[in-house]
Amino acid sequence: MTSPADAQDRYYAGVPMVPFDLVKELVVALVGVGLLVVILAAAFSAPDVPAVTIASWAHADPVDFVTTATAELQGTSGTAQYGPPYNTTPDAAQAVGPIVPQEWAGVSTPIDTAQDFVLHPLALAATGNASLTAALSVYNSAGVTQQQAWLDAYTTALGSATADNGAVVVASGDYGPVPVLMANLLGVARTGGLDALLLQNGRFYQTDLTLPLLFLGDGNYLATLAADQHLSGDQWGVMNETGNYPGQTWLWLYSIWYQVPPFNSAPNADLVIVGIVITLTVLLALVPFIPVLRDIPRWIPVHRLIWRKYYRGDP
Amino acid sequence: MSDLPQVPEAEPGNWTLSIRRFIERRIPLAHLLPSRQPYWVGSWVYVFGAVAIAALVMVIATGVVLVFFGPQWWHVSDAGHFVNAMHFWSVQVFFVFMVLHLWGQYFAAGWRDGRAPTWAVGVVIFAVSVVATFTGYIAQQNFDAQWIAINAKDAMNAVGVGAFFNVLNFGQMYGLHVMFFPILVVTLVAVHVVLVRVKGVVKPLEAPEAEPPTEQEPQP
Repeated sequence: MTSPADAQDRYYAGVPMVPFDLVKELVVALVGVGLLVVILAAAFSAPDVPAVTIASWAHADPVDFVTTATAELQGTSGTAQYGPPYNTTPDAAQAVGPIVPQEWAGVSTPIDTAQDFVLHPLALAATGNASLTAALSVYNSAGVTQQQAWLDAYTTALGSATADNGAVVVASGDYGPVPVLMANLLGVARTGGLDALLLQNGRFYQTDLTLPLLFLGDGNYLATLAADQHLSGDQWGVMNETGNYPGQTWLWLYSIWYQVPPFNSAPNADLVIVGIVITLTVLLALVPFIPVLRDIPRWIPVHRLIWRKYYRGDP
Repeated sequence: MSDLPQVPEAEPGNWTLSIRRFIERRIPLAHLLPSRQPYWVGSWVYVFGAVAIAALVMVIATGVVLVFFGPQWWHVSDAGHFVNAMHFWSVQVFFVFMVLHLWGQYFAAGWRDGRAPTWAVGVVIFAVSVVATFTGYIAQQNFDAQWIAINAKDAMNAVGVGAFFNVLNFGQMYGLHVMFFPILVVTLVAVHVVLVRVKGVVKPLEAPEAEPPTEQEPQP
């Protein structure tokens, strides 16, 4: 009875076999790669630009911080209008025709930007702070229309706001308690308190950075720093690293679609591009069965370089 | 005539013997660790896969050191930063040689004579390695990690996996990166190598005995 193992022997029947040491080859490769990696690490090190904190953001660009926090309170920020998995904003999810995968799992990480990013942290910070307690009380007891009027006016004023000694200065107007809320939020943020308050959930150990990352992402500060480091999406950002280091260069086939029309302006670009890349990957796996793709190696004689000895007829 | 050891006869109902017999019939040690190869194997193209495996060993070794000291260590220690740099460059070398190996096998049409599963598993290794490395980039706890996570969430959410694969959740990404993906990649590489050894290296293109690509070998 023959076995699959015999099939290999039959496959090589009549082929001259030469001595070969697989283990030695692997050990030599390991030593070589080890040395190469030590040399590269010693010569070039590796990137490690410190993370931006809410505190460093509030110090570096208080106007952007307050503008972002106001948008969170008003419900106009990117996160507030994101749709699933954070909230139920209608028509926000990316779709291809009737296919809307973003909605399949529903709102799995519910986020109320006004409460989670502004009002809840302020309520925690209000202990012993009479003016903040009063401002929160005025804001929370006002009607939605009044709140929106204050926020609309304050948002407009922020367009020409300036930073003065760590405080945000706007033209005088009827903003209700909003300036007090924002001044306090900025103050807490600058001490580092908001970094902690955004993670406060009643449990001791924290490993989920969803809230502070979304808050940072809603502002312009982080994006400006990223653009300075050539990391924006239209700069092939997903495959770049800070500094001049190689990044995830193997993502070129994913990143390339974001650089060209119609994908670079399509509202559903992420969904379409991920679909394209998954399709291309499946096609690559199925190359052995796809005519033309599987025949190219016969037409382009790279194999004559690979097996020079064989084609010379030189066993 | 094969000089392989005698394969034991099956004892009905003995699962252990059935598995042993399955393995011995497909991959005897002489094929798993060969000491002789066809003369055409003496090409640099065959080195790419071995170097990729060596780089993967370095990735795992440096990763074990990093995980042993915890995710903060390499940000505050020169030694840790150096080990992280080795981890970083090991990954770069791993991908360079994995891609060279892929192109080498493409132009060799390495899937011929029943080797399509080996090729397909190789493509899966590449795809899984991309995701594994991605989780590493977003578990770095630095500016790159922040920026990549904030941007990548949109693609994950758009395709509906954000609910289960939250790139903004450091704990989830770190756990996947140091445990789940290394096990998956190493397992897939082991399967790939065993498949290579089961079939042996493919004959050169246009070799007279080469079988059609999709033809399966005869079953016992």
